Amino acid sequence: MIGIEHYVVVSAILFVLGVLGIFLNRKNVIIILMAIELILLSVNLNLVAFSAALHDLVGQIFAMFVLTVAAGEAAIGLAILVIYFRGRGTIAVDDVNRMKG
Amino acid sequence: MIQAFAFYLFATLMIASGAITILARNPVHSVLWLILAFFNAAGLMVLVGAEFIAMLLIIVYVGAVAVLFLFVVMMLDIDFAELRAGFVNNFPLGFVLAVVLLAELVLGVGAYRAGALPLGVADGSGAAAAGLSNTAAIGALLYSRYLFLFEAAGVILLVAMIGAIVLTHRQRSGVRGQNISKQVARRPEDATINVQPEVGKGVSL
Repeated sequence: MIGIEHYVVVSAILFVLGVLGIFLNRKNVIIILMAIELILLSVNLNLVAFSAALHDLVGQIFAMFVLTVAAGEAAIGLAILVIYFRGRGTIAVDDVNRMKG
Repeated sequence: MIQAFAFYLFATLMIASGAITILARNPVHSVLWLILAFFNAAGLMVLVGAEFIAMLLIIVYVGAVAVLFLFVVMMLDIDFAELRAGFVNNFPLGFVLAVVLLAELVLGVGAYRAGALPLGVADGSGAAAAGLSNTAAIGALLYSRYLFLFEAAGVILLVAMIGAIVLTHRQRSGVRGQNISKQVARRPEDATINVQPEVGKGVSL
């Protein structure tokens, strides 16, 4: 059985990769959304690993809810991206503050 | 032994594909590497005995979310070279911040490892009943204690679906769509007239 620390370190690395992805691709919304998915994946991995280590299924149930929110967020984010592109012809997020409702 | 090997294999592949996801030049490649990262994460979850979440990850993420990403990336005609303009400028600061963040997180794990932080102990109310598979145990818990949260998750998905449809739906001008209520409401007496023209004369419409 692999120790819990290994899982925590692996998901910490994945989390940091997600944060780094947001920093590096500041203009490209699609990559930013993918980086957010990476972050949520690392959170899920953490929840599942602790759930297994503590013999408590609640962590897996919460991982499922995180999955739900991640799916909804991706759908809404991509929908906003599509209408943003339709209106402006680019997806550079430098002037997103013009996107007032 | 085989478990440790599988763990390191999945972990290495997941981190490598996560790194390529954020570094790739072509967003289509990014999505494909993201899918590989999801598969490896599912493998890691299977290793600790969470089969249900692992299968959910593959079905929901790879089957729906990643394909949605692929659709959007391929549908929009985007000049990606222009979007990468600030990549090199942002790299040093982002890299330093990432290293600091990772050092902090690993320091926390080290503190736990040294025994400074006691981990909470589960009260046993969420423990799987003996002899139940992972999926059955999750179902037993989800449909009893977490029923309302489960339904709230369903409402979130419904709102997300309606929101995405409302956002992307557009009324085009110049399209002659079918108006069913207008068609159904039309009566024969509105549409036809009965005339008796005299011989040699036409009918005025």
